[in-house]
Amino acid sequence: MYWLRRWSVRHARALELTYQVVERCLLIVSPVVNRIGHSRLEKPVAAVEKLVKGALFDCQMCGQCVLSSTGMSCPMNCPKSIRNGPCGGVREGGFCEVKPEMRCVWVEGWQGAANMKQGAQIATVQFAVDHRLKGHSSWLRVIRDKSADTQASVSLQAVADTARVLRGETTAAPDDAAGDRSS
Amino acid sequence: MSCFEDEPVPGYPLPMLPGHSSPGRLERTLRAGHFVVTSELAPPDSADPAAVYERAALFDGYVDAINATDGSGAHCHMGSLAVCALLTRLGYALIQQISCRDKNRIAIQGDILGGAAMGVCNMLCLSGDGVQTGDHPEAKPVFDLDCMSLLEIARTMRDKATFQSGRKLEHPPHVFLGAAANPFVAPFDWRPLRLAKKIAAGAQFVQTQYCFDIPRLKQYMSRVRDMGLDEQVFLIIGVGPLASARSAEWIRSNVPGVHIPDSVINRLKGAENQKAEGLQLCVDLIQEIRDIQGVHGVHVMAYRQEQTVPDIVTRAGILEGRTPWHPSAYDGDATVQQHLENIQ
Repeated sequence: MYWLRRWSVRHARALELTYQVVERCLLIVSPVVNRIGHSRLEKPVAAVEKLVKGALFDCQMCGQCVLSSTGMSCPMNCPKSIRNGPCGGVREGGFCEVKPEMRCVWVEGWQGAANMKQGAQIATVQFAVDHRLKGHSSWLRVIRDKSADTQASVSLQAVADTARVLRGETTAAPDDAAGDRSS
Repeated sequence: MSCFEDEPVPGYPLPMLPGHSSPGRLERTLRAGHFVVTSELAPPDSADPAAVYERAALFDGYVDAINATDGSGAHCHMGSLAVCALLTRLGYALIQQISCRDKNRIAIQGDILGGAAMGVCNMLCLSGDGVQTGDHPEAKPVFDLDCMSLLEIARTMRDKATFQSGRKLEHPPHVFLGAAANPFVAPFDWRPLRLAKKIAAGAQFVQTQYCFDIPRLKQYMSRVRDMGLDEQVFLIIGVGPLASARSAEWIRSNVPGVHIPDSVINRLKGAENQKAEGLQLCVDLIQEIRDIQGVHGVHVMAYRQEQTVPDIVTRAGILEGRTPWHPSAYDGDATVQQHLENIQ
């Protein structure tokens, strides 16, 4: 919804704080999520994510959410899918080149970023989307990325386990999360 | 008379100088501290190569490099890569424009290799105009990449000799990387930061949108200098002649991204010969732009008035006695003439 999307950008600071709380909660529940398995949770979590972010940001489920770095204005609503806008076609008054009735996603994002504590992240170059991730949950990805340290140690454990298997020794059952990571 | 002492036979690359990214004349001229002139060639709606040669010849001796546009304004024309192929064989310095609108990353990386293989030394990485502005508004907008990702990919191909996938290249493309900038539209305070972002992604030179508003450019450049960006990138400012007050008004309301202040339109309206006034305005703007610290050249875009470019450049006096390379400089050289004729 266009008006709600614009409301979200105006309240970028509050949403930033809300997201920080959500992220903390995600990390707290991450062991449980890892135990259940990301592939099993992918569908229901993605559905909830689509509902919430779809309403607030007109989220297109690119699967690589960067809202925290774009002033809470979803770059996938840019008709040119520019992840590092605004382009040079911005119309007088900050309207979109392609959809003149719509405010430029990036003019909005710049205003949103100005109100955010971590707003300077808008200066980070964002690489193009990986189209394989479209429709997938970004929240689960956050859990995977943020628990990278744990993952690394789990991976090392997996290597050690494999080595033991090769040496003919017995090993524990592989961690579900480790086996699920490539999904 | 050639531009450089080590000019090869037209169509072959110049030796690459230490610290340079490309074997091209544009990079050499910029790094030598000259004020450069670039212009853009309107690609023909024709399959006849002669049309391309004729259009390029209009700029002979007045520009340091020619932009080969890639479906500019989302209109169909001869492709950028093909124009580059025809003209690099004659020895011209080309800036291959690459737009993200029509091709995905697989096709674009292929074009970067292909362009470099044909002797293109400069590539301008663009997001591209939306399809709705062109003659095929029903077309699918691709936009798999944006200009920033395109810059990163091109730089990776050049500096790390790999595709974006990580697969190794046998021979990397030695190209000087460019980007576009538009200091004249909102959000103004974000524009210099966006330039910084493009530099971080790999831009070595930028060509801007048409400048008709000197105070706005000065404001932008002052911030650019404060951030030290003019030391990290070559800034080439876009200019062009307006044919009349009416066409200026049309451009202002129909071409997104072009900002024309009322004062410019009034100046044209008040003139007896509006076309001549449009040319004079362009010359005046160039002279003002040249004096702005941190500007390294101008990009003259004379759409449908390409024949005026030599006159504009001469009157603005920006070449300071230089004659940029052009094939007709070899008129007295029978061997080179034979070589050029064989190509055409």
